[in-house]
Amino acid sequence: MTLEHQIDGPEDEGFARPDGNGPLGADLERRDGAAKVCGAARYAAEHHPDGMLHGVLVRAPGLGPVRLVNADEITAIPGVRRVFHDARMIRNAAQGGAGKAPVQGVKAAAYVGQPVALVVAEDFATACEAANRLRVEADGADLPVHPKAGEPDPDKTKDKTTGDFDTAFSEAAVTLDVTYTTPAMVSAAMEPHAAVAEWDGERLTLHGALQMLRDNKAELADCLGLAEDKVRVLSPFIGGGFGSKLGISADCVAAALAAMELGCPVRVVQSRRQVFEVNTRRTETSQRIRLAADRDGRLTAIGHSARVSNLPDESFSEPVLQGTAFTYAAPNRLLHSELVRIHRPAAGSVRAPGEAVGVTTFEAAMDELANEAGIDPVELRLRNLPEVEPGSGRPFSSHRLAECLTEGRDRFGWDGRSPEPRQRREGEWWIGTGMAAAVRVNMVSDAEARVTLTPDGRALVESDMTDIGTGSYTIFGQIAAEALGLSPDDIDVVLGDTDLPPGSGSGGSVGAASTGTAVWLACEEIRRAIAGRMECAPGNLTMAEGHATCGNDRRVLQDVLSGQPLKGHGKLAPGAAMKKVRQATWGAVFAEVAVSDVTGETRVRRMQGTFAAGRILNQRTARSQAQGGMAWGLGLALTEALVHDRRDGHAVNRDLAEYHVPVNADVPHLDVRLLDEPDDWAGPLGAKGIGELGICGSGSAILNAIHHACGVRIRDLPATPDRVLAGLA
Amino acid sequence: MMPFDYHRPDSAAAACERGHGAPNSAFIAGGTNLLDLMKLGVMTPETVIDVSRLGLDGIEEQGEGLSIGATVPNADLADDPRVRARWPLLSRALLSGASGQLRNMATTAGNLLQRTRCPYFQDTDTPCNKREPGSGCSALGGEMRNHAIFGTSEHCVALHPSDMAVAMRALDAEVEICDPDGKTRCLDLDQFYREPGDTPHIETRLDPGDLVTAVRLPAPRGDRQVYRKVRDRASYAFALVSVAAVLRMQDGKIESAALAFGGVGTKPWRDLEVDLLLQGERPSDALFDKAGETLTQGAETHEGTAFKVPLVKRVLKAVLTEATQ
Ligand SMILES: Cc1cc2nc3c(=O)[nH]c(=O)nc-3n(C[C@H](O)[C@H](O)[C@H](O)COP(=O)(O)OP(=O)(O)OC[C@H]3O[C@@H](n4cnc5c(N)ncnc54)[C@H](O)[C@@H]3O)c2cc1C
Ligand code: SF4
Repeated sequence: MTLEHQIDGPEDEGFARPDGNGPLGADLERRDGAAKVCGAARYAAEHHPDGMLHGVLVRAPGLGPVRLVNADEITAIPGVRRVFHDARMIRNAAQGGAGKAPVQGVKAAAYVGQPVALVVAEDFATACEAANRLRVEADGADLPVHPKAGEPDPDKTKDKTTGDFDTAFSEAAVTLDVTYTTPAMVSAAMEPHAAVAEWDGERLTLHGALQMLRDNKAELADCLGLAEDKVRVLSPFIGGGFGSKLGISADCVAAALAAMELGCPVRVVQSRRQVFEVNTRRTETSQRIRLAADRDGRLTAIGHSARVSNLPDESFSEPVLQGTAFTYAAPNRLLHSELVRIHRPAAGSVRAPGEAVGVTTFEAAMDELANEAGIDPVELRLRNLPEVEPGSGRPFSSHRLAECLTEGRDRFGWDGRSPEPRQRREGEWWIGTGMAAAVRVNMVSDAEARVTLTPDGRALVESDMTDIGTGSYTIFGQIAAEALGLSPDDIDVVLGDTDLPPGSGSGGSVGAASTGTAVWLACEEIRRAIAGRMECAPGNLTMAEGHATCGNDRRVLQDVLSGQPLKGHGKLAPGAAMKKVRQATWGAVFAEVAVSDVTGETRVRRMQGTFAAGRILNQRTARSQAQGGMAWGLGLALTEALVHDRRDGHAVNRDLAEYHVPVNADVPHLDVRLLDEPDDWAGPLGAKGIGELGICGSGSAILNAIHHACGVRIRDLPATPDRVLAGLA
Repeated sequence: MMPFDYHRPDSAAAACERGHGAPNSAFIAGGTNLLDLMKLGVMTPETVIDVSRLGLDGIEEQGEGLSIGATVPNADLADDPRVRARWPLLSRALLSGASGQLRNMATTAGNLLQRTRCPYFQDTDTPCNKREPGSGCSALGGEMRNHAIFGTSEHCVALHPSDMAVAMRALDAEVEICDPDGKTRCLDLDQFYREPGDTPHIETRLDPGDLVTAVRLPAPRGDRQVYRKVRDRASYAFALVSVAAVLRMQDGKIESAALAFGGVGTKPWRDLEVDLLLQGERPSDALFDKAGETLTQGAETHEGTAFKVPLVKRVLKAVLTEATQ
């Protein structure tokens, strides 16, 4: 049996709802933490089946048609099993949620660095040496590699116009017309993408580092021409993904086809440099923002136009304007986005695709407008909050931005801030503060989970859902414990195996809320069965402390079960709610920075983030997500940029020494406050996604603080010392 | 990584001999640079000679100065109480480099001899005169940021990335070298490093088999020592620009000054004209500005490196202000 639920509205379908007194929401450690720190949690590359061979991917050194020059010589190296130059190998990782093969083929390189061969040997050292010695020649091709040189793809151009932008803009009391650019970025997850493939002649088993297993299974099957039920993918532990592991990656397909051809298990681990170029990066963007307001700072027109890029044949187009569409009211709106086809490594989802760069730039422009209009930046935002979603007129499922702004303002100590820049100095350091709103659309995904109440009074939660370090294991334990009246210690959670019911996967912040709701539904089904056995209405059943109680009838679970397990299967589907309302998560971020007048270096001194994302399922893991997002915002504002060679587009700084993610010394105390309130439109749990919200705006709190500190506006991110210095000088 | 022969000789002389006899050989100390480059296929020695256990890991007093063994870990050197008391510049430069883990492995000689971080040098799929003489320089006309503005040539603009060496240059350190004939010679850092010219693959005056055995630090020529490093993030990044200063003041005047610069030169940079200009003068903004002008007058910049000129001037001024207060 399966309990299915589709979220069509806020109505109560008789489901139990968390009462706020149970384990749900508690500040609990991640249950997989100990296994991870002591090495007991096995990651993909740590599987070593007997007879395993080692594969190393080889890149195209240039664009255009490629040839392997000395494959025979390499194959003859003792220990080398085969050099694959196989048409089934994939050009780049699949896009998140693709569910089918990405572009395949090895005969021509669409970008420099494309994997075009796999060298398989008996040991890793031999495989590396042989891969180093394999000579690949590329003819070269005159293809555009810079967004300014690319042609917009007409199929990807989007315009959304409301009212009369031009007239409103020309007549406004205050206007702003600025262009911001953001660089390409990468997820830079700690664990490199890796796969160990085993083929038993009929079925393929793949240990991978992947975020969305049900899609990954379908993608892998499609790449190899196998039926989906002939593929099993396991990914119980993942060392960070941030979008880069959403789709099947080159290592998986290469390992799988080599295992099938050679009849031995094959492992392929991407080198750190490959991690930077063969998966998906965040596109660079160029964004023109035009704002018009009356004397009181009420927006009369919003214009936001964005240019992003991707390789030919990639469906993904960074939805830069996603947040702009609903954050502020203005009767006249001009939203335009376009995508150019260029030959840099593929672009795809990186944590908070769309808002991460779109909200960051827009919130920086709002700060500029506040300055122009002489209005406090918090106040400016409060004056422009919409009643309903602009354009569509849909109501919001819940709107907490005003509270985030005012509570954050108080907690940070914003009042009394001088509106003028360059007012505070400590030695050579200019001190300033800045703020930004944070918004992120909330999404719901199909998800299934199974819960089994075992005769000993424990429960087992199962799904192919992944835990990419975010806390899925822990949260599902809490959800089941809450629903079944058990302690989280009584719940076992097994994830990351496509032989289990398909969960949502981890992407787009949907994991905890969508698969979590499926777990809740599975428990609800069990509760209904128990109510049936006790002959009472499900609504009258309470489950607590290992007992089921209906009126005066109180029984220990073991008695209700009488030696038989009881299974529940939950299935969640997005429903009409997504059309009826605008559902989003909200926040406000405040930052204090110091900027050196000598060097242009920026040091963030403190940050405060206040966020509302529905019911908080675990205070600690939610806080960690918000803090991680804020640290990402810091990287976006100050340090991170993937540099592409201007001649052939290759990723130049493709390692962790030269691609600068923030280090501990960069990240100050990050104060996080979560406004915990269930969203009635988010199903019985009332939970929404929180994994991406923290990055949507926090970078601009820093950029705005830089301006307040030293008067320099940085519109080309990141704000590295040289760029700040150019403004100071 | 290519297969290689590995040797661990038990004396400096034996190491030199090995190095001399095997044409394509490399010494390995901490391995934090060499191994990375071997994995990338950038350095492909057929013989690797481990010098980490030759007993060259002591710090000895030598008259008024110090002799620092070639394999003293960077972390130990930075922590040495004598260094911290009398050559604090060196401690600070070391601690501003790399990370704690790397400094535990990295050695004195390895640090001096670390290769450039030019991304094209590290990428065997791009032409690079330093890696493959005559193939061309990809940085020129490409993406430049971590590149030099002093000492460059049309063949190579690679930066010497070390922080430690910059401090040592300001401290007038000398490198002690043992050759395959068993002779020992000393070179100051100016002589030790070569500018790229038309042979960017030759970076030092070391001949095959020459082993660095120590660095000699003379008594400090000034008690006012400042090291300042500017970088893209607060830690764990190479210098965009760094300035090392050793000054002595007398009656409100600069009696002596030794300045060295990182992040700007094809070798740890020093400009004696700048030192001389300061000598005997009273500190003033005008003087410090003039020092900056003098330093940067010959700078060769490109789009990505032009910022280093104003930056190094500002940092120099701030460092001189701090050191003369
Ligand atoms: C991520 C990262 C960040 C870093 N950041 C910084 C930084 O901010 N600042 C900084 O200054 N450095 C930095 N470094 C570089 C680091 O300081 C060097 O890697 C280290 O000092 C090299 O020392 P080693 O002993 O490991 O050298 P090895 O790797 O063992 O050797 C380096 C070279 O020296 C040669 N060599 C070693 N010993 C001798 C000898 N006795 N005689 C002759 N030749 C010898 C070797 O043959 C080799 O060519 C960083 C390195 C990394 C990987
Ligand atoms: S600057 Fe020097 S190291 Fe860099 S690519 Fe040019 S020749 Fe090679």
